[in-house]
Amino acid sequence: MLTYTIRRLLLSIPTLIFIAFVIFMLLELAPGDPMAQMPLTIPPEVKERMRAALGLDQPWWVRFPLWLNQFFIVEPQYWIDSTFGTSFAEGKQRLISFQSRSPVFDTIGQRLPQTLWVVGMSYVVGVLIALPIGIISAYKQYSVFDQAGTFVSMIGFSVPPFFSGVLLIVIFSVQLGWLPSIYDTTLVVNSWDTFMTQLRQMIMPVMVLALQTTAQVSRYMRASMLDNLSQDYVRTARAKGMSESVVVLKHVLRNSMIPVVTVIALGIPSIFGGAIITEQIFKVNGLGQLLILALQGNDIPMVMTITFLLAVLIVMMNLIADILYGILDPRIRYD
Amino acid sequence: MTDTATQELAPLKVEKPRNQWLDVWDQFKSHKGAMAGLIFLIFITLFCAFGPLLWNVDPGKLDVRNKDVRPIYMLLFDGEAKVNWANPMGTDNLGRDIMANIMQGGRISLAVGWTAMILAVLLGTLIGVLAGYFRRLDGLLMRFTDLVLSLPLLPLLLVMMLLFRDPLRATFGPENGIFILIVVGIGITSWMQTARIVRGDVMALKEREFVLAARSIGTPPRRMITRHILPNVMSPIMVSATLGLATAIITESALSFLGLGFPSDFPTWGKILFDSVDRMTAFPERVIWPGLAISLTVLAVNYIGDGLRDALDPRIRGL
Amino acid sequence: MKLKTALMGAVAGMILAPMAYADGHVGERGRDGNVNIIYWQAVSTMNPYLSGGTKEIEAASLVIEPLARYDAGGTLVPFLATEVPTIANGGVSEDLTTITWQLKPDLLWSDGTAVTAADVIFTWQYCTAEGGGCAQAAKFEGVESVEALDDLTIKITFEGPKPYPYNAFVGGQSPIIQAAQFADCLGPKAPECTDANFNPIGTGPFTVTNFLTNDVISLAANENYREPGKPAFATVNFKGGGDAASAGRSVLETGEFDYAWNLQLAPDVISAMMAGGQGEVLSAFGTNIERLEMNLTDPSPSLPEGERATVMHPHPFLTDGRVRKALSIAIDRQILVDVGYGPAGQPNCNLVPAPALYASDNTECLTQNIPGAIALLEEAGFMPGPDGIRVNADGVRLSVLFQTSTNAVRQDVQALIKADWEQIGVETELRNIDAGVFFGGDPGSPDTFQRFYADVEMYTNNFEGNDPQAYLAAYKCGNEPRPESQWQGENINRVCDAGYDAMIAEYAATSDPAARAALAIKMNDFLTKDNNIIVPLIYRGRVSARSNTLGGVELNSWDSELWNIADWYRISN
Repeated sequence: MLTYTIRRLLLSIPTLIFIAFVIFMLLELAPGDPMAQMPLTIPPEVKERMRAALGLDQPWWVRFPLWLNQFFIVEPQYWIDSTFGTSFAEGKQRLISFQSRSPVFDTIGQRLPQTLWVVGMSYVVGVLIALPIGIISAYKQYSVFDQAGTFVSMIGFSVPPFFSGVLLIVIFSVQLGWLPSIYDTTLVVNSWDTFMTQLRQMIMPVMVLALQTTAQVSRYMRASMLDNLSQDYVRTARAKGMSESVVVLKHVLRNSMIPVVTVIALGIPSIFGGAIITEQIFKVNGLGQLLILALQGNDIPMVMTITFLLAVLIVMMNLIADILYGILDPRIRYD
Repeated sequence: MTDTATQELAPLKVEKPRNQWLDVWDQFKSHKGAMAGLIFLIFITLFCAFGPLLWNVDPGKLDVRNKDVRPIYMLLFDGEAKVNWANPMGTDNLGRDIMANIMQGGRISLAVGWTAMILAVLLGTLIGVLAGYFRRLDGLLMRFTDLVLSLPLLPLLLVMMLLFRDPLRATFGPENGIFILIVVGIGITSWMQTARIVRGDVMALKEREFVLAARSIGTPPRRMITRHILPNVMSPIMVSATLGLATAIITESALSFLGLGFPSDFPTWGKILFDSVDRMTAFPERVIWPGLAISLTVLAVNYIGDGLRDALDPRIRGL
Repeated sequence: MKLKTALMGAVAGMILAPMAYADGHVGERGRDGNVNIIYWQAVSTMNPYLSGGTKEIEAASLVIEPLARYDAGGTLVPFLATEVPTIANGGVSEDLTTITWQLKPDLLWSDGTAVTAADVIFTWQYCTAEGGGCAQAAKFEGVESVEALDDLTIKITFEGPKPYPYNAFVGGQSPIIQAAQFADCLGPKAPECTDANFNPIGTGPFTVTNFLTNDVISLAANENYREPGKPAFATVNFKGGGDAASAGRSVLETGEFDYAWNLQLAPDVISAMMAGGQGEVLSAFGTNIERLEMNLTDPSPSLPEGERATVMHPHPFLTDGRVRKALSIAIDRQILVDVGYGPAGQPNCNLVPAPALYASDNTECLTQNIPGAIALLEEAGFMPGPDGIRVNADGVRLSVLFQTSTNAVRQDVQALIKADWEQIGVETELRNIDAGVFFGGDPGSPDTFQRFYADVEMYTNNFEGNDPQAYLAAYKCGNEPRPESQWQGENINRVCDAGYDAMIAEYAATSDPAARAALAIKMNDFLTKDNNIIVPLIYRGRVSARSNTLGGVELNSWDSELWNIADWYRISN
């Protein structure tokens, strides 16, 4: 398993560089222009000079190596400089966003906390609720609990957040006035009161997002458990006189985890990708909002950097999932 | 024992006294949820497919003087409500008939949902099984999956629009051209989860005793996959299919919102819902009907999936 | 939020004590605590020279100021200058080649240093530096030099006579920045000065305390602001993000925010929100005209790339003025306003709708005239075909591809126009394109508004300030987007008329305001009333919402909406 992991890690380097190239070419091919959001009163010649100032007058084969250099050399050098006080990155241009003309990584750093608070929290909550629901639904198939769980989770999954989010705001902010409809990203949690404020402003976005996660994970959990509950080894285990909880929670659960692990692992990168619609509705302004604004504004350095970081996460999470398969089911071998 | 379950799509043989597909049907019938789902699905499909023949109103017809008409059942609560028997479900802010729009929108949403879902599930299953079963293909296919997972959807669709919209419009006409583009766009960007799940399950199944036994008697890979592996990964595939249908319908509405979907005079359930969100307190019916249509369709497909899964599983059917 | 406001109010109250100030327009600086502003498009930077976007210009107007601004009526008022120079007061030379501005005495930057003529000169150098990509470069076009006559006097010399000299340092687009802060940020180094770009030192009523790009700006009152007792608010919370509906809701329904910018919502949605009773909707009109542009060239996909939509191939039917006029008068503009714009729009037939002196008396298109439109089409030889669509003797079908950017209101308007045109036997295919592509200038994309691969397109445009010279000069021969110009150019319709070009030249040489106005009206009428090359639909205004407790707001459509934020105050109940 160790050699497999090392081999996969090494292999992921060329894979990621290839992915970076494909994303870059995709953005290059996509129609769009960072000047699209400028007022029409700005004459075309001025826009042309602004494009040149962004480096867009260069062909792609100059700009792609430039991005690689800035991402893999200048940015790490900058971090080393700021940690150890050295001066490797002196005079070198960092990755600069087209829209804000500020370093891309500084903005990503600003956005991470609220993204993790809201999207990360909802994912954890969603998964924690989904696992028991899935297990109980499968164990008591077609019970009232199962039927209700199925009903709620399928409705939850099929109602788009642009509707459920606004519905929550209309009920809890407009009608009842209990919860704020606008997320305050400048809030610093340093006391019980601020913690409660933070909690109040998080409830609605977390609810909307957790519903989606719960629906998805619990369906896979239930299906996989059902498959395993009818297997011969379960009958054998029961026949051996094992207690029901050991049979279900140890043997069946472990064998049912493979698809669930896949789904959870695939979901983690999307936490960092943010939740575009939900963030927009509650004005959380996390990474999802950053990415969609960058996409709409054709902010190539920002889009490129965020999507590439996501690609790194995707590759790593899928590697972790593959390793977990081997642990959950020792019969799976990669060597 | 698994083998008897799935005689590969054998055509119905009438002369046989007890066809196994009849067994499957009998078992399916006993699943109340699945039957209710099937009936609803047939109903909604007929409603959308043939409804416009009976309810012969042009969904795009504007009648501004007749806008914001409430559905007739509002009379029960409010005798003053602005209703009109010519528009039993009311009209929208431009005076378009909501019932005609729900029918027309359903045609498109259902077609997009089904086609994109089937495309995604087929692609996902194919890639997942190949990667899980043949170790030589695994590395390449899974790295390809990683790549597609990493691509941002919006620029991808923009590039597809740029490259293929005009040729498709010229070949199939504006509406069918866009339809193909959207279906393919959603399909090719939503198979990855299915592929990874199927692959994980196949890798585990491959090492099970019955597979080793089948292999030891010299079963060729094609038969191994179709008779032994596939029937055992049906349940995660069913779940993917159900979730995929919902995702496809919702993604389509998000696309029209971004200007990448159907032309604006082309209703879909998702778009009717999206356009009505701002007015949901004043006109709740405009969000309830399309929202219910989407949810109930997804729910119906989910129950049918459950029923099919049970019916296809001989361990349950035997009881 | 309400608690916070209340707390701050209480604190301010305890310090300042006098109760008389509680509801007044005057009092100590910062007496009214915090004001919450929401812009649903988040602000990226505080430097309008690096980003020409409206939201950036407006956010920056809280901090940095120009020499003069346009007020809500569209007239110039001095801000950092003592008065607006004119020929009459000797500020503008008789030959129209120089303008001399006088700074107010004792102006201080927010860091306490003095504002001098050197800062104004530096601002010019900053925007014209090579490689900086200054978004407002057009403001300084034709400026030969900017020099200081003394510490407070600036003389701008133009390359030639400039009948309208109020571009440089006027309006929210070209505020004065501090030379000391931006000294190392010239040309290609401009984006490296992140701190300066996010937190410029200014002369305006507020200074930035924390700037999170594309998210939220926290501002505090500028202690060195020139007017004592202003601004009334101690802090500003300037939130960005979301969408117009949720911004409107937060002011009009939940009362969480005090001011929401640019509520592009259908009128019934806005009036439903107004029922919340927490605030009111304001609108103001500048020079924005939502219009249909008619393509005079043939966009047919059957033409080879490079010839499609160029002057080589005239349009099969839109070159006929009668067809264009029929399309114009078949539209019921009042319904477009009722359904899509409400308080934010008025039906209009002019390309130049304002200032009043420049607006043509042109009202023919205001009433829908279906029989007239049909008569015009029949006169032009288009008779109904078997499917009801009109065809002429050569088999040319009146089938129109009508494109615009993706936006709920525009799609409703598209649908209404399609219905109107159906009535006169014109077939319409609608297309909507992502705004980022449509308004972008990507020469590789077939969907930009400049490329115009459609018969008719709809968007809005305006001119800055109160003089339409550059705006009208766009429709000059040779200024059309074409393959050789990388599809850049402002003559979207591909008009070419020698008489019009002569008027452009004459306009540039005329300085008498009345004569300029008369010419502008003539040019406007040529493009609209006489030829219907541009079919104006709606005179669009700005629509914003304020809460009932926010006083002093005077919505301005000629400059930054927040131009008078120094005068805003809290109305206590």
